[in-house]
Amino acid sequence: MTTRLRQNAREAIAALALVVLFTGYIAIHPRGFSTYVVTIWSNEGTLLGLAAIAQFFVVLVKGIDLSVGSVVALTNVVASFVLNGSPTSIALGMVAVLAVGVACGLVNGIAVVHGRVQPIVTTLATGGMFSGIALLLRPTPGGSIDETMSDALTYAVAGIPVSAIVLVVVLVALLVLLRRTTVGLGLYGVGSSEQSAYMTGLRVNRLKLVAYSSSGFVAALAGIYVSMVTLTGDPNIGPSYTLNSIAAVVLGGVALSGGVGSPIGAVIGALILKTISSLMFFSGLPPLAQPFFEGLILATAIALGALGVFRVRSRLELYR
Amino acid sequence: MTDATERTVTPRKSPPWLNRDRMSVLLIALGCVALLLGGSLLYPGFLKPGYLLQQLQIAAFLGIIATGAMMVILLGEIDLSVPWTITGTAIVVISASGSSNPLIASLAIPLGLCLGMAVGLLNAIGVAVFRVPAMVWTLAVNAMLLGAAVFYTGNSRPNGEVPWLATQAATGRSFGIPNAFLVWAVLAAITVWMLKRTVYGNYLYALGNSRRAVFLAGARVHLVTVATFVLAGLFSSFGAILLLGYTNQAYQGMGDPYLMPVISAVVIGGTSIQGGRGNYVGTFVGAIFITLLSSILSVMQMPPAARQIIFGAIILVMLLIHGLTDKNGDI
Repeated sequence: MTTRLRQNAREAIAALALVVLFTGYIAIHPRGFSTYVVTIWSNEGTLLGLAAIAQFFVVLVKGIDLSVGSVVALTNVVASFVLNGSPTSIALGMVAVLAVGVACGLVNGIAVVHGRVQPIVTTLATGGMFSGIALLLRPTPGGSIDETMSDALTYAVAGIPVSAIVLVVVLVALLVLLRRTTVGLGLYGVGSSEQSAYMTGLRVNRLKLVAYSSSGFVAALAGIYVSMVTLTGDPNIGPSYTLNSIAAVVLGGVALSGGVGSPIGAVIGALILKTISSLMFFSGLPPLAQPFFEGLILATAIALGALGVFRVRSRLELYR
Repeated sequence: MTDATERTVTPRKSPPWLNRDRMSVLLIALGCVALLLGGSLLYPGFLKPGYLLQQLQIAAFLGIIATGAMMVILLGEIDLSVPWTITGTAIVVISASGSSNPLIASLAIPLGLCLGMAVGLLNAIGVAVFRVPAMVWTLAVNAMLLGAAVFYTGNSRPNGEVPWLATQAATGRSFGIPNAFLVWAVLAAITVWMLKRTVYGNYLYALGNSRRAVFLAGARVHLVTVATFVLAGLFSSFGAILLLGYTNQAYQGMGDPYLMPVISAVVIGGTSIQGGRGNYVGTFVGAIFITLLSSILSVMQMPPAARQIIFGAIILVMLLIHGLTDKNGDI
């Protein structure tokens, strides 16, 4: 038990912080602990949580994805065209949206793996292209989404928000894939040490492509869920998702140097960020001061997470 | 690959004078020529000296900010707090300059530069002392600056006065050449000297290549990191003051459109995003390339969406050319 806790210390600390913040939020909220409050919180948390998982996949193989938000925006816009009509056409539309997401991820992956361009600059360029396409398809927010499906996915069943169920299902599926399959373990291997992974005989390039397309797939899930919550396609939602997904991943104990962390950590980080901004809304601080405190709390949280550096025995360990 | 062994020079076929750095500069310069020729086909006024000088003037704002960004990238870090360092500086300068107290009004520009250096120091503390990844820490600093600016201005456009010196430097001309470009040229010369001829410059490249080796060699790693971030903040606020003189107003989000072009200018100029490699001439020409590209796209009256796609595609193609032609590691 203790070893397991020590192995997952970063996630555990993040989870503890989340519990404290969430308790504070419920205590402050005028309506207290109710299905309504928790559902809203969970819906918003799921949006960022899925974006954070998308970021996690790329960070796992030592990359960084500055196009996550653009993929979310693009798939959201595509969803606003196709997620309507008969059940069959909605199902086909779903497949189309997910395919768009995977294609975006693959473009990033191919440029990184075969074009040998660094992830950060690749995704900087492709992110601009993806959000450009989204803007071209739908210059202003609009479109229509099947409302029955939206209701089914954004309300609560027996007091439990459907979004939370969706998120847990996605997490369990991903955990099984990451911890129990060759491909999943291979991703951790590539992230920890590309050279060792290569010499062990792992197909490093193919695994990286898997990581990037998985990222696109989960980003498309986020895009679909955005359209469920907002009932429109909005091409301009990208930037905040990109930046917050990176912050979420780091808060959740995923190492930007690759190979360390889990999707659970990424989701916990996303929920922390969401709770902080909701907390601000009800905190009684003047509205104009809220963005500053949001930034301050974010910076403090990140700095606290980094306090481990003061415990290292030799400073040489810090310079890798 | 961060291993030092990956970075050592290997024998190659190209002639000795055409090393990797010069290759990048040549490539990007050819890109500029192609843009100019293509532009002149579409729009006859393109090759007129008046238009070209105006492009150099606009490129100066981007170029000065990119100078700071390049140093941070050479170090192997990245500075995402550029947008609100720009906006914050503009707000501070315009408010101080409009102050009724003559002392504060006369110190407007130094105050703006101090703000930039303070932001750089804050960035450096997070990166050097707490060892937070620069990408995340500078993002958080950016968020705090945004918050502080919103709180200070009350979400409205700050009132005040643009200092005379800033207007002159940004829009005036000496001997027919825009002052902004002259300022940039001087700063560029200083930067090249600093990077090539000083101990600081050597440490900067060395740190970008192998932090571990530089630490073991006994260099003061923290000092170089702090100096670089402070310099980057200084360059950002310097560019912001010129930008303020050019736009003649400060507004929320005036720095936001600069982050991507700045990083693009540095990277397509051949500076390795992993640090340790790159030369300033590349960044200089890169800034001109980015300015010409966005100017041509706006002359062609493209819708913003198409402009974004083409901009992204061209940058990606330039990067792919680098990545596929360079046999010696990644960009």
